[in-house]
Amino acid sequence: MELLSYFPEWVLTHGPALLVVLPLLVAVITALLPSEKIAWLATILTAAMSIFLSVGALQYVLSVGPINYAMGGWEPPLGIGYHIDGLNAPVLLLISAVAFLCTLYALPSVVAEVEPKKRAPFYAAFLVSLAGLLGIVATGDAFNVFVFLEVSSISTYVLVGMGASRDRRALASAYNYLIMGSIGATFFVIGIGFLYMQTGTLNMLDMAQILQQNGAESRVTKLGFAFVVIGLGLKLAMFPLHTWLPGAYAYAPSFFTAFLAATATKAALYLLLRFVFTVFDVDWGYVAGSLTYLIAVLAVIGMLAASLQAIFQKDIRRVLAYSSVAQVGYMLLGIGMATTLGLTGGYLHLINHAMIKGALFLAVGAFWYRFGITQVADMRGLGKTMPWTTAGFTIAGLSLIGVPGTVGFVSKLTLVRAAAENEWWWAVAMIALTSILAIIYLGRLIECAYFHAPPKYGAVPAKRNEAPLMMLIPLWVLAISAIVFGINAEWTTSLAEAAVRVLDAGPNTMPLIKGGH
Amino acid sequence: MGFLLEHYNYAIVIVLMMTGLYVVFASSNMIKKLVGLSVFQTSVFLLYISIGKVAGGKPPIIELKEHHGDDHGTPDAAHGAAAGAGHADESYEILDGGHGVAEGAHGAAEALYSNPLPHVLILTAIVVGVATLAIGLALVVRTREAYGTIDAYEIDELDYQYNVEGIET
Amino acid sequence: MNQHLILRVVAKILIPLIALFAFYVQFHGDYGPGGGFQAGVILAAAVVLYALIFGLQAAKDAIPPSWVRIGMTTGVLLYGGTGVATWFLGANFLDYTIFAPESTHSAGQHYGILAVELGVLCTVASVMVGIFYAFGSRQPELSDEDW
Repeated sequence: MELLSYFPEWVLTHGPALLVVLPLLVAVITALLPSEKIAWLATILTAAMSIFLSVGALQYVLSVGPINYAMGGWEPPLGIGYHIDGLNAPVLLLISAVAFLCTLYALPSVVAEVEPKKRAPFYAAFLVSLAGLLGIVATGDAFNVFVFLEVSSISTYVLVGMGASRDRRALASAYNYLIMGSIGATFFVIGIGFLYMQTGTLNMLDMAQILQQNGAESRVTKLGFAFVVIGLGLKLAMFPLHTWLPGAYAYAPSFFTAFLAATATKAALYLLLRFVFTVFDVDWGYVAGSLTYLIAVLAVIGMLAASLQAIFQKDIRRVLAYSSVAQVGYMLLGIGMATTLGLTGGYLHLINHAMIKGALFLAVGAFWYRFGITQVADMRGLGKTMPWTTAGFTIAGLSLIGVPGTVGFVSKLTLVRAAAENEWWWAVAMIALTSILAIIYLGRLIECAYFHAPPKYGAVPAKRNEAPLMMLIPLWVLAISAIVFGINAEWTTSLAEAAVRVLDAGPNTMPLIKGGH
Repeated sequence: MGFLLEHYNYAIVIVLMMTGLYVVFASSNMIKKLVGLSVFQTSVFLLYISIGKVAGGKPPIIELKEHHGDDHGTPDAAHGAAAGAGHADESYEILDGGHGVAEGAHGAAEALYSNPLPHVLILTAIVVGVATLAIGLALVVRTREAYGTIDAYEIDELDYQYNVEGIET
Repeated sequence: MNQHLILRVVAKILIPLIALFAFYVQFHGDYGPGGGFQAGVILAAAVVLYALIFGLQAAKDAIPPSWVRIGMTTGVLLYGGTGVATWFLGANFLDYTIFAPESTHSAGQHYGILAVELGVLCTVASVMVGIFYAFGSRQPELSDEDW
């Protein structure tokens, strides 16, 4: 409450719109800027502003209540309404914070990876992507979600493709991502079309209310549900639909991989939560059935299959990418349980995984920056040549495995408790098994870095060559937060509980316009 | 058969959608894949637009002369057009909510209008489609320059060789 | 293209008409079907036609790529700027009524829509021309005779 008084009035009233508009407008200005330094400065200031705004929004949501914003003064459901509550406010903060840290890291990294002429437009595309992600999360209008989904995806295709100056495989990966991503978004928009046919509204709260009154069992609604879930499944890399992910993560410029891994699938996951629990209703038979028999089952298969695939990858970033698919499985498992504890675990893992994967990819980017390392075998001796970076990498890696005292342990423990509460013993066993697999695929990297001698150039072993400070700071911020929130998980847990309260409350039942329907 | 004819718009949508998806998955030529993707997206545009149509509905444009005399007590010629247009905004608002097309038409009272909202949505979706296509084609151009081919299988083959043998061709 | 006399003559007649039609669609969009998206594409079509008939270089001389780049951003800034202006006047983002709050016939909405649609026209036309330039400027590896 005291914190809230530091925020000026306009931040709280216009925050939701400003969050989205600011990066968009700065992006177009950035595209024209001649100097990459100024472009970087504009980007980092925007990211800092986003943090400020989302902290304000989060404080307001936690202490007062949901924020509603009517775009253009047209009240929802007629106009587009932005709606921020306990479910999306933490995701907004997460995206802004990761964007800020990755931008810090970008200054040295972009110089090494992107051609000079393309650097200012590169930052512009990054800002558009940021605006798209924030928009997806902030908006309360179903079609608006689609627009922002595509805004962020299209700029992501561009940014992944820009990795081509480093490795030409980035082009093919970006192309695959484009095909799969567009199909996913189109499926999503078909689903929205069916829901619009059934309800005649696009506002999510209004849609939920109308569906509660009638149409829950209608075939049109069921079809809409199926298309929305599959479309979002493609975007969030649900197991059999994840094929675009490893390539996109492996060949994008390093700082963008970190940003992508920490945020893009998270925004899609948030959408899945939002739709399944607050637009549709888990009390409906087909929704509950698909959570248990489709999402939870695919989640577990994905955890196992992707972890196994991660073990056999040679490229470090592909190891981490497959591990991301497995981690998405954990979050989906939590969602699939659809109990308060399961959702808390899934949501916690969403936040925690963003820190962990962000740190891991930032460290890998630093390895490439100094030694051009992409293969696991080349990691030998990094513990000696880049001790700080490798230490950060190791902390994040241990956290991914779920060592006690780290964030990974907190969320995995919550998931295990939830599974035990549900008496899903197979899920408990799978969480344990995939954690062991994580020890194998990450242990392989860490072992290589610490227990092998550095490579020799001629007769001289490689010298100590630490990553620049601008790269170490964001890496260590994430690594330290992975420990701090692992030891004292009170704050993150309270965020997850606030989010789950929104989900537990279920769909909105209040008509948005007087007189009802 | 009668059922199909009554719902011919859905039949067209489904045929286009499946054609598009089939081309995306079956073709190895990267440009053909993009063509398939566009056909797939177009089917969705048709789906949206066809649900906005109301049987017997007129285009959702308020005709000025109908409102002129009744609604505004002292219409003067110069003012009339603007007032009519202002009124159009209000009617649009009712239609925009689109709670059941019939209800929207009921709000407009005088005439039956088609629902304009899906058209507006699809205008946005078309723009998104154009942007996707442009990016896709740009990636194909760059791929052609980097790999010398636009065949997805050949590119996989080249990547495999590069992975296994370390040869870049 | 020097030998295609008919094409050149017809294009010279058509191009101004196409551009004019674009502006008709643009300003008609205020109270009828039309608007910035359609007008922008039509305007860009005029430029593309010019480039097809008289060559890419001629089109680039007439509308330099740097203008295109500035046009794209100006349009977005015009759109966003309208929204920012509504903020400074104390309303919600893009709430045009604030431009003429006293008006009984939504004059504010008209001002707002005009400004925003102009931005859309600017951006859409520039982006379409920009895409055409980007693809057209790639040097073909084969000469025309080899095709």
